[in-house]
Amino acid sequence: MTENILEVRDLVKHYPVTQGIVLKKTIGHVKAVDGVSFDLKAGETLGVVGESGCGKSTLSRVLMSLEKPTAGSVLYKGQDIATLSAGAMRRLRRQIQLVMQDPYTSLNPRMTVGDLIGEPFEIHPDVAPKGSRRGKVKELLDLVGLNPEHINRYPHQFSGGQRQRIGIARALALRPEIIICDEPVSALDVSIQAQVMNLLEKLQNELGLSYVFIAHDLSVVRHLSDRVAVMYLGKIVEIGTEDEIYERPTHPYTQALLSAVPVPDPTLRDSKAIIRLTGDVPSPISPPSGCRFRTRCWKAQDVCAEQVPLLEVRPGSDHPSACHFAEKREIVASHPA
Amino acid sequence: MSEQSAPGTGGTGRPSGRLLEVDDLRVEFRTRDGVAKVINGVTYHVDAGETLAVLGESGSGKSVTAQTVMGILDMPPGFVTGGQVRFHGKDMLTMSAEERRRIRGEGIAMIFQDSLSALNPVFTVGFQIAEQFRVRRGMSRADAKKRAIEMLDQVKIPNAKGRFSNYPHQFSGGMRQRAMIAMSLALDPEVLIADEPTTALDVTVQAQIMDLLGELQRERRMGMILITHDLGVVADVADRIAVMYAGRIVEEADVFDLYAKPAHPYTLGLLDSIPRLDEKGQELRTIKGLPPNLMNIPPGCPFNPRCPMAQPVCREKVPPLLQIGAGRASACHFAEELVNRD
Repeated sequence: MTENILEVRDLVKHYPVTQGIVLKKTIGHVKAVDGVSFDLKAGETLGVVGESGCGKSTLSRVLMSLEKPTAGSVLYKGQDIATLSAGAMRRLRRQIQLVMQDPYTSLNPRMTVGDLIGEPFEIHPDVAPKGSRRGKVKELLDLVGLNPEHINRYPHQFSGGQRQRIGIARALALRPEIIICDEPVSALDVSIQAQVMNLLEKLQNELGLSYVFIAHDLSVVRHLSDRVAVMYLGKIVEIGTEDEIYERPTHPYTQALLSAVPVPDPTLRDSKAIIRLTGDVPSPISPPSGCRFRTRCWKAQDVCAEQVPLLEVRPGSDHPSACHFAEKREIVASHPA
Repeated sequence: MSEQSAPGTGGTGRPSGRLLEVDDLRVEFRTRDGVAKVINGVTYHVDAGETLAVLGESGSGKSVTAQTVMGILDMPPGFVTGGQVRFHGKDMLTMSAEERRRIRGEGIAMIFQDSLSALNPVFTVGFQIAEQFRVRRGMSRADAKKRAIEMLDQVKIPNAKGRFSNYPHQFSGGMRQRAMIAMSLALDPEVLIADEPTTALDVTVQAQIMDLLGELQRERRMGMILITHDLGVVADVADRIAVMYAGRIVEEADVFDLYAKPAHPYTLGLLDSIPRLDEKGQELRTIKGLPPNLMNIPPGCPFNPRCPMAQPVCREKVPPLLQIGAGRASACHFAEELVNRD
């Protein structure tokens, strides 16, 4: 049994919606994350998939302690991070780092690569004393497959894939235990995407990192993840091992999502049954009662409007799914072996 | 010139139901930093009722080609330095601006990737669609509105009548893309160019939009040029594929042939870099290196610095796009070997 490095319990993050300029009046809440629980084991990759607006990026911000949760808790090695002192918090921040989606806007264009990657050392001088910093940055550049000679270059002198490597080097600078990857490859071209995915995997093996890998691309998530959580409108609807989610999905949303992924094989065009969802994702300000997916679900019954389905293992299934009528269904979702 | 041997032009270049032909098109961008050769001899065509997918990564020139066809390329810095774009056999690049304008919308229409910036935020969606009927068809305000509502209805926007007077920001991403499709199809074009129409959308919405496009295309027997980098979408909808790299077409083939037996190492590399089920946990195969700088394209085959099969000849001679079978062409010196290997 490996230990849980991160435990998330009933995490809720609501943002107030206000009206008026001077006398701001709260007229509702955007329920971005609404009761999310999961564990992250040391050395594993947890994939989080979902469409835009499902709360996956808000989740990453709360995990990074960039946002205070409205309710619920995040436990790092058993300790609730909300109760930490300022000093302890600063030490904790070293351990959880973020790789952002857009390598074009997440790097300051006026700073050299050396300064960008070395900046974390200013805040945590104990990791690298002043004299050794340039050497450390060069090591990091080498680690992520960039030329250490390029330490004095600016971000615009690099391509998208190389910039993402800079972002990864910067996240690694403080030797964290956990890296949260928020759509790290979605801005990159296919051929470059594969290079960055290989790098992330190599780093995990060499440094024993744990990843929370947030993405909307299901095949990318499958390739990298040990376990996968599927989110819809602020809730996890299904969670399990990569095999359980992709081979034996039981939640209708997971099934629809998997079936909608275009398969890069034209011979499967006609054999592939796509589950067509109608309509758009409802507004997170006033999500549907009961099951949030019921407005787009072909299985919806009266009970779905009344009762919120719990994320639990149901008879006939081997992993938790938040559907009253969870059952297995074959989906041709990935490239056949 | 390589186009004599390319499929599609058939030697004489005369159309047989051929709607749109791009013939040895060359475009460069003249910037302060130098001249970027963005399109270096692109030849393709699309017939009525068929879908041609133009596949390529960023900077391959797939969008610039489409912009040149539509006549919306920013000039300067862009300059067309050679080639023709023929619509029903007539070169559009030498037409008067007036003639070209008549083709836009009615002959060829285009859908863009980013629907939020493609629609005008200060006019209602309905107005922007109805405007075409008033200007181009001389309809009255009321008739144009009726037609616009019909169009919104055709692209399956629920409550089209009520949605007519909404502004673009009041639509969701998928609905905006539907509105843009309604707008581009309003004048019943013969060719539709769709430039990454679903890249900004979620997968479930992407499936809806691709379905809708396919349905409308079949109904109207439109020729469609689908510009994309997504190998999955292409496999689902394309009839033929043209793969672009560094401003050239490096391979052209029927969709089934291309996925089964790619005839260019770049295509092979692209297909190999998709994560596959049976290779879980293994390193992904990648294309090493980066696409070339278009201001300084390497001599010989532009792909040679990244190519695992490169030989000395690849650094010296630019491989022409040669026919290697029925409806198949490849711009690789070793195309035959690639196709015939196991």
